[in-house]
Amino acid sequence: MELFESIFNALASPSLYVILVTALFFLYLWKMRTFSRPGWVVAFAVMTTAFFVIGAQNGDFLKIITKGDNMPIVIMIFSILFTCSLAFRQASVNDMRIEKGEPPLEALDSNKKVLVWPDLIYPEFICTVLLGALFVFWSIAVEAPIEEPASGTRAPNPAKAPWYFLGLQEMLVYFDPWLAGVVFPGLIVVGLMAIPYIDTNPKGNGYYTFKERPFAITVFMFGFIVLWVALVILGTFLRGPNWNFFGPFEFWDPHKIEPLVNVNLSELFWVRMLDTRLPDAALIREAPGLLLLGAYFVITPALLAKTLLKKLFNEMGFARYSVLVMLLLGMGLLLIKMVMRWTLNLQYFVAIPEWFFNI
Amino acid sequence: MGLKEKIADTQIWRSIFRHGYPSTPRNRALAALSNVFLHLHPVKARKSGIKLSFTWCMGGITFFLFLLETITGVLLMFYYRPTIEYAYNDVIAMREHVPFGIMRELHRWGAHMMVLAVWLHMLRVFLTGSYKPPREFNWNVGVILLLLTLLLSFTGYLLPWDQLAIWAITVGSNMARAHPLIGHEGPGASLLAVGDVNLVTPASDIRFGLLAGRFVGAGALLRFYVLHCVAFPLVASLLMAVHFWRVRKDGGISGPM
Repeated sequence: MELFESIFNALASPSLYVILVTALFFLYLWKMRTFSRPGWVVAFAVMTTAFFVIGAQNGDFLKIITKGDNMPIVIMIFSILFTCSLAFRQASVNDMRIEKGEPPLEALDSNKKVLVWPDLIYPEFICTVLLGALFVFWSIAVEAPIEEPASGTRAPNPAKAPWYFLGLQEMLVYFDPWLAGVVFPGLIVVGLMAIPYIDTNPKGNGYYTFKERPFAITVFMFGFIVLWVALVILGTFLRGPNWNFFGPFEFWDPHKIEPLVNVNLSELFWVRMLDTRLPDAALIREAPGLLLLGAYFVITPALLAKTLLKKLFNEMGFARYSVLVMLLLGMGLLLIKMVMRWTLNLQYFVAIPEWFFNI
Repeated sequence: MGLKEKIADTQIWRSIFRHGYPSTPRNRALAALSNVFLHLHPVKARKSGIKLSFTWCMGGITFFLFLLETITGVLLMFYYRPTIEYAYNDVIAMREHVPFGIMRELHRWGAHMMVLAVWLHMLRVFLTGSYKPPREFNWNVGVILLLLTLLLSFTGYLLPWDQLAIWAITVGSNMARAHPLIGHEGPGASLLAVGDVNLVTPASDIRFGLLAGRFVGAGALLRFYVLHCVAFPLVASLLMAVHFWRVRKDGGISGPM
């Protein structure tokens, strides 16, 4: 038990956690045809369940996972495991059929039309009744949580946003609120809405497949699983008082001390590299960061259009390509900033606090 | 003539249902066609499209949960007063004083699951490529509905007026303070000034507008209540009508061409 706890506590640091999730994500996509087999799916489900059951021996962990409002996250973990397996199993089967020159399974009876009454209305009705019963049982079994009456003067520690926004709250560790709380959510919405217009690949319309649209699926799933769901899990189970990081079996000690040793890029450049003092004028002081970000968002797209994404650029045209690359670079910036924080203790690329402009 | 046929032959019955018992193809088609609710469905659908393994029924489950939230929400409104004197005690009373008081439980678990169901619905639609032409616009309507679901849940979070509620909303609405240009701690806020007078201040910025005050207080509670119970559900219902209608008009549940 102690070994079990210490292994998972050791695995759980923000850097290791994100790297591990990313690695597992790409491993899964690479070996999708194996991992989506029913045997593997059952094994994953058993392992996840075993983790929760064994973990529940620990009183602190039990308290966190059985907290009423955390139940949705436990349900989310299992339902995403199940739905992704279901989707990628069908995608694998279809891909293998397409390789053999056969149409996807859905095509076999997609031209057969059935009457909605009764073939759709009845299942919907049954689904309604079952779900209704399920929710009544759940509501009788578990009381909705209610805490002490609101008090504007006693802030709880940690003060967490609703669970579905915890990914954004996690981003607050790395970015200022104007980015993590306003620009990123805005970009997520814009990005989602842009998907049908920047994905010009006509294949894979109306059936499960991976091979016919690997790029689109990899990008979307990376955003959904790694940058959203994994960070919601992290925020729920691994962030404790003062938004400090705690292993799943670590006591939430409100007095845990985290050294604040983060430095800005300007400091790294002027003081550590050039061994001079920081220039007084904000724009000169922050020139390295501004130039770096400018290059990142202007030169990289141009370079990519000439090299790695040449084919994509020619297919998509300038406007579509620009939107796509800006969104990708935005996603990339999250990861780059995280890695820079873990390795160089970087606080900001650009820090102009007098204008509230920190990146 | 059996009793069933006799009832189906009365003037009252025939005035409601314009067709015979749906046991023949014609009457089954009419059942879907002549009913305003079933009319959200097409008369016929792809056999591959209505498979549970294809759709996971997630859109349907989301709609079911929206209805569950509406019904339980209306019942909760009978007992709940959105003022800081009463809100918390009313919420306690919903369980303690109301016979069979599980409406708040239904409402809360339903709300959590609705957020999850919307995500999974979007995941399914993405993985089957169902946003591709001719369904681009409907995907966009869906994104707005996803946003509305999150906003509905977020505004509902405040209403119990307990510690969790007020501080979660405080954390969430503090983001608005940093909104570029229109939040008083956002980049560019100092640009909006007339002479020396700053236009964007803690008492005039976007967060102030959202909370009707500098802190999460009585004004915010009322604002969130109205948004949660009236404004967002209305917009969501409207967009759902568009969403369902467009599913039909864009060729029904997607399938290979």
